[in-house]
Amino acid sequence: MAREQWGSRIGVILAVAGSAVGLGNFLRFPGNAAANGGGAFMIPYFLSLLLLGIPLCWAEWNMGRFGGVRGFHSCPGIFNAIWRTPMSKYFGALGLIIPLVIYMFYVVIEAWCLGYAYYYVTGSIVEECGKDATQYDAFFKSFVGQNADGSAVGFGNLLIWVVLITFVLNFILIYRGITRGIETFCKIAMPIMVICALCVLVRVLTLGTPDPEKPDQSVLGGLGFMWNPNLKALWEPETWMAAAGQIFFSISVGFGIIVNYASYLRRNDDIVLSGLTAATTNEFFEVCLGGLITLPAAVIFLGTSMNINSTFDLGFKSLPVVFANMPLGQFFGFVWFFMLFLAAMTSSLSMLQPVIAFFEEGFDLPRKASVAILGMLGLVGSGIVIYFSKDLIALDTFDFWVGTALIYVLAMIQVFMYSYIFGSRAGWTEAIKHPGQYVRATASRKANEWRQKQAHIGAHIRIPNVVTFVLKYISPLFLLTIFVAWCVQKLPDRIRALQEEEATTAVGCLMFIGGLFVFMILLIGLAGPGWERRLRKQRAAK
Amino acid sequence: MNPYIFLLSEVKPINSAGWAVMVMSIGVVLVLAVYCFTKVLRLPPVDVEEHLRAPLDIDASDMEL
Repeated sequence: MAREQWGSRIGVILAVAGSAVGLGNFLRFPGNAAANGGGAFMIPYFLSLLLLGIPLCWAEWNMGRFGGVRGFHSCPGIFNAIWRTPMSKYFGALGLIIPLVIYMFYVVIEAWCLGYAYYYVTGSIVEECGKDATQYDAFFKSFVGQNADGSAVGFGNLLIWVVLITFVLNFILIYRGITRGIETFCKIAMPIMVICALCVLVRVLTLGTPDPEKPDQSVLGGLGFMWNPNLKALWEPETWMAAAGQIFFSISVGFGIIVNYASYLRRNDDIVLSGLTAATTNEFFEVCLGGLITLPAAVIFLGTSMNINSTFDLGFKSLPVVFANMPLGQFFGFVWFFMLFLAAMTSSLSMLQPVIAFFEEGFDLPRKASVAILGMLGLVGSGIVIYFSKDLIALDTFDFWVGTALIYVLAMIQVFMYSYIFGSRAGWTEAIKHPGQYVRATASRKANEWRQKQAHIGAHIRIPNVVTFVLKYISPLFLLTIFVAWCVQKLPDRIRALQEEEATTAVGCLMFIGGLFVFMILLIGLAGPGWERRLRKQRAAK
Repeated sequence: MNPYIFLLSEVKPINSAGWAVMVMSIGVVLVLAVYCFTKVLRLPPVDVEEHLRAPLDIDASDMEL
């Protein structure tokens, strides 16, 4: 099978950035910032970007390209090529489960965005709900089936059709492959997203004071709400946790996606500048666009009377009220939700590719067969999310246990593998050539040098040497701290909730995730011997 | 903690510190983005670069891993 490759440098950058840019940039970031000190939040935020986000990105790019050059594109294959132990490929199962399960619910949210964009085009949402916030709340609940399980299922319901359209679009693009599918789409979608976001941004920033009787509810008030720094928040551990969490989830590390995308690079392709550019593009969407649009717009029209409990409330209940009050709101509503749809689409595509790569390289399946199997798995998972829609419990369970907990675990495995395993053999080989020195220290130093050399193959800028130290000591510690704090904060309540009688849906979803995990482990076990043969052949050829 | 609990707080117009943080945050990201994209777009296409570079710039001896 011919090895797939990215067609252009800008293509891979936009694809990785597209995978990172999603609803979180526009809905989660502003909420987190305003809740944790406003402008003061940016201090821990940028520190987390420097100490956690960008170093982890570079680590993933480096490991991915290393595996790809050896013919491995899936997380288990790449882990197996890096860490020569039979267990390593099984850790890679997380790099399949995470994107697959996230895809199962993310594609549904993506379909919500498409559905809302359609409602704005036809104007039916504006006619039905007017300017009444309670109407928008009821509209959302009815659309997604939040009132009862199965209430969104039925051919008369738009949700099913938009999910089907979204599903088909995703699979057509993934079937077309890396260059003709993902890269081409991202090269078109990303500039459109920038244009759409700038359109809405200009509208929001030129709103002035729409109601002279409420002078506080103005553009300046909205910006103040988002950006006025409250330095006291810096003394709160929650602020630092929120900032680290925001960077970590926003930049898409620990999803198994960057490793997969980077594996389609050539041996000489740059990863340092490309990695930094992709991360910066994500920051542009988050800070420059997300930070200026969502909350300022909400404050201008709703003041502090908003009843918001989640990102979905902000995105699908409050913002439609804002558009209803805004001049040309129907047009801007469409532009906004269409942009969110594109952002979600560039992300969902990236979630399918790691699993496709696994089927292809593990079992030599043709793309058609891989896409068909993945389509079936995806349909089952998304079907669960759509059917068990009461209070969005299935979606929330998938998101909490896989979209949050397992991502921390995979990120920790990756940072450990990069800093302590990747290059260790080369380090030891060099170290034992110098008898009389402290061998372990020499091996560690040589391994660090080897990793830096690897990263700099074809590089157009240099990674500062301090990044090696950061990745070895600071990033793992940082990651472990936020993971432990997250467990202490969230796990007890979740586990208690699972023991309640009404928790059947959540327990069922967890069993489904467990079953999928076992299935992947078995498949990896079957694929393993073939990978070993391939690696032995490569060594012999050398 | 519910991240949206802040909505009970008061709305005040952006002050000078808010302007400073906003301009600096957006400025840093924009400068970095312009720097990265200028550098990326000025490079020759990857296939041309491949020919320019024939033997590896750096011998990483990575098959020894």
